[in-house]
Parts: sequence; C-alpha cells; structure tokens
Amino acid sequence: MKIHEYQAKEILRRFGIPVQPGKVAATPEEAEAIAREFNAPVVIKAQVYVGGRGKAGGIQFGDTPEQARDAAKRVLGMDIKGLTVNKVLVTPKLIIKEEYYVGVIMDRATQAPVIMVSAAGGIDIEEVAATSPEKIIKRPMDMRWGLLPEQARQMLADAGMPSVVVAKGGAILTALAKAFLAADASLAEINPLALMEDGSVMAADAKILIDDNALPRQPEFATWAEPEEANPLEFEAKAEGLTYVKLDGDVGIIGNGAGLVMTTLDMVARSGGKPANFLDIGGGAKAEVMKKALLFVARDPQVKGILVNIFGGITRGEEVAKGIIMAQGELPPGMPIVARLSGTGEVEGRALLANAGLMWGTDMRDASQKIVAAISNL
Amino acid sequence: MSILYHSSTKVLVTGMTGREGLFHTKNMIAANTNIVAGVTPGKGGQTIEGVPVFDTVREAVAKTAANAAVIFVPPLGAADSIMECAEAGVPLVVCITEGIPVNDMARAAAFLKEHPTTLIGPNCPGLATPGQGKMGIMPYHIFKEGDIGFISRSGTLTYEVVALLTAAGLGQSTCVGIGGDPIIGTTFKPCLEMFEKDPHTAAVVMCGEIGGSDEEDAAAYIPTMTKPVIAFVSGRTAPPGKRMGHAGAIISGNTGTAAGKVAALQAAGVPVAETIFEIPDMVKKALNR
Repeated sequence: MKIHEYQAKEILRRFGIPVQPGKVAATPEEAEAIAREFNAPVVIKAQVYVGGRGKAGGIQFGDTPEQARDAAKRVLGMDIKGLTVNKVLVTPKLIIKEEYYVGVIMDRATQAPVIMVSAAGGIDIEEVAATSPEKIIKRPMDMRWGLLPEQARQMLADAGMPSVVVAKGGAILTALAKAFLAADASLAEINPLALMEDGSVMAADAKILIDDNALPRQPEFATWAEPEEANPLEFEAKAEGLTYVKLDGDVGIIGNGAGLVMTTLDMVARSGGKPANFLDIGGGAKAEVMKKALLFVARDPQVKGILVNIFGGITRGEEVAKGIIMAQGELPPGMPIVARLSGTGEVEGRALLANAGLMWGTDMRDASQKIVAAISNL
Repeated sequence: MSILYHSSTKVLVTGMTGREGLFHTKNMIAANTNIVAGVTPGKGGQTIEGVPVFDTVREAVAKTAANAAVIFVPPLGAADSIMECAEAGVPLVVCITEGIPVNDMARAAAFLKEHPTTLIGPNCPGLATPGQGKMGIMPYHIFKEGDIGFISRSGTLTYEVVALLTAAGLGQSTCVGIGGDPIIGTTFKPCLEMFEKDPHTAAVVMCGEIGGSDEEDAAAYIPTMTKPVIAFVSGRTAPPGKRMGHAGAIISGNTGTAAGKVAALQAAGVPVAETIFEIPDMVKKALNR
C-alpha cells in the first residue's frame, strides 16, 4: 500500500528521525493559514502517489502567506500522471547544503531487507543504480538483530559522506531500519537525506510502502488507504475482496488462481484479443462471488465481452454456472459471455449453461477463440 | 520413488482444527496420506477425524515421530508455525497459507538457514506423489502415477497442466507447487536437483511466471542435468509494475519479464512451450515416446 509523504514523515518522526514541521491543507485558505502560522517562506508539495511531482509542477514556493495561498491554488486540483491533487503538504522552506540517499527495500533474491546508501541523493536512485551502481553501498539486514548503529555508520562512511553525516545520519539510518520492520514496510527511503547549512541532518522527503499482508496488524495504516492508481475500480475491488488489475483491452477475464488467470490473458492475446483486466476469484468461490465478479468486470466501459475460465478443484462448476446465470439479467444486454468449466462439477455446470443458452468452451484455447470471435462479430 | 514425499512420510498438520485445515486434512486422509498428528495450541488432547491433536509441534513429533508438516495456520501466525516446525526438527515443511507479511518470511528464511529443514511455499498448493499421497490442497484425482517430475509457482495452472499430462498418458513422479510469494523456501533449482537424483523421474516440466529471477537461476543449472526439462512461462502479456495476483508476480524495471525468462531457458537448451497445450507433445518428443 502506498502512503503519502506526510504520512511517511509521521512514521519517521515517531522513530526519532528529524523531519521539518509540516501540515496538510486541502484548500488554498488552509495553506495560507498554515504559512501564517509558520511565519516563514514555505514549500507547497502535492500529496499524490507518484514520483516526479517536482517536474510536473506539483512542488511550488510561497514567500508570503498570500503567495502560499496562490501556490496551493495552482497545485490543488492539478493532474499528475492521471491522479488529481486533493491535498498539499505545507512546510517551511529549507536551505539544504548537500543531499544524500538512504533506504531500506525488501529484496527477494537475498530474502531479506537490503539497506542502500548513496552520496548521490535527491535524484532517482533507480537511475543511479542503473548507470553507476558503484555509487550505491548495499548490505542485507540481518533479521536476527536488525541494522546495528555501527553498521549504519560504516555504510555512510563507505559512501564517502562527511563526518557530521556519518554521525547524525548513522542514527537516522538505524532508526529507519527499525521503522521499516515496525511499520511492516516493503520500502522505506529518505531521499534526500539533507545536510543543512547549520550542520543539522534531516529527512527532507520520504517514501514508504506498507506491505498489504500486514495491514490486519497495522490498523492505523489500514485507515490511510486511498485509491492508489488512476483506476478507482482497482481500489473498490480490493475492498470487495477481489484481486483485480485493470488492463487496456476489451475482453473481460475472470478465473480462479493467479497463474491460471495470467495464462488465460496470454491465451486471449494469442487468439487475437486484448484482455481488459485480470480478475482472480480465488478458491472455492460460490455463485454469489461469481455474479459479483461478472458485474464488477462489466463496469469497465471498455469491456465488450467476458471470458470465465475455471479449473474446479475446490471451486464447483455448477456454482460458477449459477453465478453466471444470476448475473445475466444485470449485465449489459447482448454482452457475450463464454465460460470454460473443467474439473469438479463440470458436467452439471455445462448443462446449466446450455439450458440457459450460454456459450461454453471445451478448454481455455477454445473458450478464448470463442469470446474473441463473439466480440469481433458485435 | 519420488522426491520430498513418500508413502512412508508421517505428516502432522498445524492449524488442523480450522475450517481450511480440517477440510484438507480429510482430503489428505482420503488420498491415503499418513496424517499422524494435528497441532493447534489450546486444543491438545482432542482427537479429530481419528487424528490426535497436540498443543505444540515438539510434543506431536515426540509422540508420533512425524517427519513432515503441512501448515494451514492463518497468515499472521504462519511464519511462526514454520519456525516452530523447524525448531522441533521437522525435516520437511509445506506451508499452504497465503498472505504472510513479507518481513515475517524474511525472518523465517533467516531462521531456516540455521535449521536443516526444507520449506515448500508459502502461498502454494503443496505437493503430491501420485499413488502415495499428498501434502496440501491439490485435487488428487487429476494425477496418475508415472515418471514426469512437475514444478510450478501456481496452483490452478498446475492442475491444468497435470490434467493435460495425465490425459496424454504421462503420469507424474512428484508434483511440487513452490508458491507465488516473493520469498519462498524452495525455488526451481533445488527441486530440479532432487528430480535429477530421483531414479524414478525421467523428465521434468517446470511452469514459471513473471517476477524475480528463479527461472533464470534454474536455466543456469539445467545444462548440467542428464534429464530433459520442458518449460512454460506465464504472464507474457502482463504489464510492468502491476502485481498479477501472486505477490511475487510483478515485473519491476527490466527484471522478471516473461521474455527474459523464456530467453534464458531457451539459451540453456530448454524447449519452452508457447501455450500449455504443447507441453505433453514436447515431453514425449524429449523422451522419444
């Protein structure tokens, strides 16, 4: 789950990491009031779940409260990579001397969180990793005792940072590693880690991703959930317990099991169709869930027809067929549906579909070809 | 013969008294699996479906000599259950649970480095040795005894391909669902090593998918094998940055793409099926059958 910069900074603050004070505004007037409170020049930062806010004009300055209001007016409502800016973070402008990068990211290859440090901060760390990997110091976290302060200091020293940053940044990086584990993050980075003119070191920007699987034990973060992408359907699907990914084509796809659904997308593409989505109804779905899934997929205006591909183990074919028949009356009239049922309850399921005048395929290839043909005949 | 699970394996089930655990324990017993114990803290002393239930894994192992475990414990307790099994000396642990926090799995992975336990999963359908039994949730009726080893990252896709193999007269030695999470206990390569050593396996089918580099690691090992390997990779049409259901099935940057995996496998001399329907014929061709 993505969270906003101001929320990430709140987590860092709780772990003793210095961040500049800041408040969130949803209107230009609120931004003006916050700027007046700080009594200093401020930065207005768009709070959206995408990178590259600065380049898109989502970060603006206001030297007076009135200018802050005008800056907030320009940023609020702005569209950044398909997302509308609904909130801005108002924070005193910093005089930064040097910018560095520190981060913790879950790494599947080492099966552990990896700590990353670079003196080349403030910019896209993935680009640094691609173009000059020698500028990044990495070390896997030992899950038995986390990141030790001496290890953190050594990494900063190895990255060539000045002694003031080795000392103060070491404490910050140790705390960041602690926050990563305690917050159930899959990514936690401070970019830039800023060395200020007065010799202090602080997190000028922060990004944290929370592991969705851990939300049941992170009730506070669970309440922070907002639509993450430009597709509100994906957010609603999650709330309904469906695993849905919006794609760009016109063939709606529903199946049971992630690997099977992915393979179905490939098969539809091979048959000359373009998948509109990925939807996994999981194991053991009943008729009600099938119906809900169909109606959900049909809400995407791009969808012209739907392919249902079920291999029945725990999921029963007749339940799937019943769900399709139940959904029929509520789907757009004339929308073709092709179902492929195999395994448990396939005979009963196919009979129900045939009685209801619905199309079915003998296997996933046959069903893919049928739905693609049905859509092209519309 | 087979790998990992044999008819002599004595299986305990953690989380056996839960809805999923109980349902699948009955199915495992119906498949002639030797289920010797259940473990649910607080339910020790009960007998369910003829199986004695214990409070701890250590006690279950001491009383029943169980030498394998299947985990059905809910997500927030599952990694702890894996470590409990490892600490009790259980040599084989199959974790079915989906949705375990990845930091929990990182801790369990570190723990397992210091214990001689083989973990299959999590977020997997388990494994089956046709004719001998199964550990997990695979529908047992689709299998047929034979000499094809099978490894896959997903569940229902495994059933699809196994059903195709069975229909083509190609029975299986052991089928292993290694799991769809970013951190799993056993990847393709060690499974291939076990099948290479198994005298009753003649060829191996592996079904990979987008995300990570386990298929590429397998491709680096396969040229040293004497047995043919046939591969399939799903997610060719998946867009970058989107998690396709499995937590581990995500293309990040240029790593984890289907194209990269197919290229690595082909460079290792592995025939890669364009669709699952070609797999049985490719296996027959490789074995001259």
